[in-house]
Amino acid sequence: MLTLSITWHMACHTNDIPADGGACALINGRQIAIFHFARRGEWYATDNQCPHRQQMALSRGMTGSHQGEPKVACPFHKKTFSLRTGQCLTDDEYQIRTYPVRVENDQVFVGIAE
Amino acid sequence: MKTQTQTRIVVVGNGMVGYKFCEKLLAKAQNKADFRITVFGEEPRAAYDRVHLSAFFAGKSADDLLLADADWYVAEGIELYLGDPVVNINRETKTVYSHHGIAVPYDYLILATGSAAFVPPIPGVEKDGVFVYRTIEDLELIQSYARTARKGAVLGGGLLGLEAAKALLDLGLDEAHVVEFAPRLMPRQIDDAGSAILQQQLSSLGLSIHLSKSTRQISGDATMDGIDFTDGSRLDVDMLIISAGIRPRDELAKRAGLDTHPRGGILVNDQLRTTDAAIFAIGECALVHNMIYGLVAPGYDMADVVASQLTGELKQFRPFDMSTKLKLIGVDVASFGDPFVAEPTCRTIIYDNKAKGIYKRVNLSPDGKELLGGILVGDAEQYNMLLQTCKNKTVLPPDPEDLILGSRGGEEAAGAGVLSLPDDALICSCEAVTKGMICQQVKEHGCTTVDGMKKANKACTGCGGCTPMVKDLIQGVMKEQGLYVRNTICEHFDFSRQELFDLVKINKLRTYGDVLNQFGHGDGCEVCKPLVASVLASLWNENILEQDRAPVQDSNDRYLANIQKGGTYSVVPRIPGGEITPEKLIVIGQVAQKYGLYTKITGGQRIDLFGAHVGDLPAIWEELIRAGFESGHAYGKALRTVKSCVGSTWCRFGVQDSVTFAIEVEERYKGLRAPHKLKSAVSGCIRECAEAQSKDFGIIATDKGWNLYVCGNGGSKPQHARLLATDVDKETCLRLIDRFLMFYIKTADPLTRTATWLNKLEGGMTYLKAVIVDDVLGIAADLEAGMQELVNNYRCEWKDVVETPELRKRFTHFVNQPDVKDPSIAFTPLRSQKRAQEWTI
Repeated sequence: MLTLSITWHMACHTNDIPADGGACALINGRQIAIFHFARRGEWYATDNQCPHRQQMALSRGMTGSHQGEPKVACPFHKKTFSLRTGQCLTDDEYQIRTYPVRVENDQVFVGIAE
Repeated sequence: MKTQTQTRIVVVGNGMVGYKFCEKLLAKAQNKADFRITVFGEEPRAAYDRVHLSAFFAGKSADDLLLADADWYVAEGIELYLGDPVVNINRETKTVYSHHGIAVPYDYLILATGSAAFVPPIPGVEKDGVFVYRTIEDLELIQSYARTARKGAVLGGGLLGLEAAKALLDLGLDEAHVVEFAPRLMPRQIDDAGSAILQQQLSSLGLSIHLSKSTRQISGDATMDGIDFTDGSRLDVDMLIISAGIRPRDELAKRAGLDTHPRGGILVNDQLRTTDAAIFAIGECALVHNMIYGLVAPGYDMADVVASQLTGELKQFRPFDMSTKLKLIGVDVASFGDPFVAEPTCRTIIYDNKAKGIYKRVNLSPDGKELLGGILVGDAEQYNMLLQTCKNKTVLPPDPEDLILGSRGGEEAAGAGVLSLPDDALICSCEAVTKGMICQQVKEHGCTTVDGMKKANKACTGCGGCTPMVKDLIQGVMKEQGLYVRNTICEHFDFSRQELFDLVKINKLRTYGDVLNQFGHGDGCEVCKPLVASVLASLWNENILEQDRAPVQDSNDRYLANIQKGGTYSVVPRIPGGEITPEKLIVIGQVAQKYGLYTKITGGQRIDLFGAHVGDLPAIWEELIRAGFESGHAYGKALRTVKSCVGSTWCRFGVQDSVTFAIEVEERYKGLRAPHKLKSAVSGCIRECAEAQSKDFGIIATDKGWNLYVCGNGGSKPQHARLLATDVDKETCLRLIDRFLMFYIKTADPLTRTATWLNKLEGGMTYLKAVIVDDVLGIAADLEAGMQELVNNYRCEWKDVVETPELRKRFTHFVNQPDVKDPSIAFTPLRSQKRAQEWTI
């Protein structure tokens, strides 16, 4: 098995992401949704594209939890996805990519495996 | 008799019924390892939902239609061979042989070979352009041929034929025809009068219907070019789908020496055994009670009967009810019990409304006590109740016509409701779940949600038609047990909307975080967040994007615009009463030109501008606001528009100035947020050109003042508004509207329009009048004061955003590149404007 090296990309300032909400960053031509789960002090990053109708919209979705599992709901048809695993919680067949996030000196970094 | 080793089961056929058999057998097995199941399927893909096959043309993929994916078969230990039909059965050695030469021994063999399309021996059926409608492969062939075809026809006006005709419309053919041999459509389900209404409805949707037509030949050389009928007439079409019935696939059984019927079908007894005790036949290949059951529900029941026997339970297949309800191209059609029994063996009540396109027929026993069957076309809302009344031989009310017409005197609905049904009444016929089973789940296992019921007994998981009845049963049983039916919001709040509304008000909470911390738990979700956001807006009318409120708003409110396909937004400036100056019209045109927006006049006398990038929204609004426009709140569960007719200022019939009053009403309530959207209208005379009686609150001028109507509704279930007050002056009218709106906002469930709210309100219109007009609760002054506070707090929320840099900076697609637009957004040209690119499915 290959070991993947992760490259950390500076995405934005922590202020750019609304508390308990998300925003989209353009990183190497890729649209990545970044979420600040302020209630728990957690950060998540996923694909911005919802696989259901290929809409670039997940960053505009509502965050929340389902029995403790942090999730985001797509604004188009309310498919919800686990922010931890990317698994769709309302429809088994969909899955989104998730990315590691690091916050240093009020700057948000997203890790992308190259 | 129990053997030491596994029981070997071979299933021939991987259609819906074959699949269901595997699922049922494994569910009933004490130990899944007791059975070793091998399945052979002729088609290249695993079992899929053939009932909703036409959804393939409406955009569903073949994968969407799968009943279970390959992983399921692996996980359940089923050996699945696809694209490999069984060609021989050796009954001596109890072994099947597949086309590819695989030999598998069995202890029990299940034939679920289904049926094929019946193609009548008409000259020319072999020509190019002639298709059948049965499998996904058939559909793919039709789809590819239709790209070059202009006119299409379906031979057969039955249930499946009309589905196929819908497919032709979906494929975008210029002409779609239905040709039926019988003098009516759906001859097995509905009568002549019902067919006439259905025909009228389908014609208005673009189908051409030809009845009593016998086909002589399909004309053309190698490729068909039309149909010649025996009466000498002809229809020019490029393609034809034959849907003339089904033919049971019994050839394998025949070859194995099992008894089959001369007209098709494998003969089985009540246990569904063939003439060989080790071989069963189920689904459309089996002939039981001298008939072929061509629906999925009885097929599933057969799967259940055989699975039960193999797991040691005695069960017989009983004559199955063939009642059906379906939506054909948007038209409801249902038939139940015996739809055709005629006088004098019964008494028949018929309601035939050609203007509305509704036909209803019920057949009663001669003593009028029992419902024998009936037909519904155009409106099948009462189907479930009627079917249950019929199947359970429930004694009918004294005026049985109420069953189809609804009660026309008092406030109570006809029929005694689902709770009056006997315990063995079948509620979910796809999964054979009875009323007793559902009630028991509620009573003994505390199951109080539809999702829970789906897990417990699979009710509502098939066609889903029983969901409303299951909901009513759950609530009914809970009420019966004296349980307080708590309509709680979600896992984060154990309160109803009304309870939370009062708590937020008393405690003067103003942010979502405060509400969650004080009265909820967890992190919230997409259900409670917009609900709380709406309650906060209805109570305090503060800018919905300030403090922590932006990320808890629903999709449209979050960006104060309506999100559309592709991720762009639409913009609707407020045009009170529909009155607009030429100068303002020019500004709208200029803004649309500058930002490349598609423009359309809405149903509410306003102008909608589509295709705006999220980053352009503040600049668009800056220009609109400079010209004197305000937000139209088209994105909110809020007051939308107050429509008006031109009234006495210009109209020669008008008795009052409806435009002025409409503007006053719209200015008063603009920005008001509620559990659902609110629409209003003011008409200047009794001719009612503003259609006020279809609005949440509507006003009609009289020569003495104004009549106020409330709780009307257009939409999918139109309902006329009810008269609340007569001949009142403007001030009284506004005061009553203040009270009415605040009472609705305070008490309605989330996402409930005023019409539905009134329908659920105990005491109905009489009670509403008592509260609003006569103030029996003594709350009128509070309601009025509450409304006045909201009116005083109104500010245009778009003006706030345009002027507040903190709010404005959130309107970007990329947070790290605010000036870059989403590169995935694409448009296609349309009638000298543009449209959003169709999404890929």
